[in-house]
Amino acid sequence: METLFFYIVALVVLGSGLIVILSKNPVNSALGLVNTFFCLAIFYVMLYAPFMAAVQILVYAGAIMVLILFVIMLLNLGTEARKRYMHGIVWSALASLLVLVNAVVFIKKGQVTGAMGDVTETTILKYGHTEMIGKTLFTEFLLPFEIASILLLVAIVGAIILAKKEV
Amino acid sequence: MISVYHYMTVAAILFAMGTYGVLTRKNAIVIFMCIELMLNSVNLTFIALSRHLNNMDGQIFVFFVMAVAAAEAAVGLALMISFYRNRESIDVEEIDLLKW
Repeated sequence: METLFFYIVALVVLGSGLIVILSKNPVNSALGLVNTFFCLAIFYVMLYAPFMAAVQILVYAGAIMVLILFVIMLLNLGTEARKRYMHGIVWSALASLLVLVNAVVFIKKGQVTGAMGDVTETTILKYGHTEMIGKTLFTEFLLPFEIASILLLVAIVGAIILAKKEV
Repeated sequence: MISVYHYMTVAAILFAMGTYGVLTRKNAIVIFMCIELMLNSVNLTFIALSRHLNNMDGQIFVFFVMAVAAAEAAVGLALMISFYRNRESIDVEEIDLLKW
């Protein structure tokens, strides 16, 4: 049952990825991207990470996609011009295929190793995923967390200065 | 049974798709969306491996990737708006001020 569900969601996520990269109209690309984000949120739930799924939907499907759609509508972009260069597409397809083959060979041949932690499914179900994330974030990763807040502040100021009428 | 390798294969295919989109598209916003696609595939790999290794660190890293992606979205889209004001287009072939 879980296997079937996984394959269905994987099919949907890859199909929406194709819509993102192939559709002529940027609005269709944006809608395909929203679909991809929701499918990835389903994957996160299947991987016992419900907090990450919620953040995925709130931040990506909520905030970032609204921003992208606003800009698409603000700039009033039509469909892309038809001038396309075939050799560019062929070389790009070869490069991305190389990336894909490389990654799949590594995944097939390789063995996942690394330090095993102690966070099993039962621990997550007992203490709650959000609590565990919060505990790790505010003890072990406190400094990166603060740096991320500074990064967001700088991004806000930079975006306002860049988008202002008179610079 | 679904193993970590299934998730990683899906993420690899998504990443390759994003690479193809970044290399072939001419609209700057679509390229931006393809970059978001690649970031998301990396996030999926992080969470799958974090679950496989019973470790929480990968999910914290996903959190930071999301924060950086949000900052990147704000600054990148502001750049596109200011470029559109100057050139009336966001075709990447017309971004050639530094070309000689």
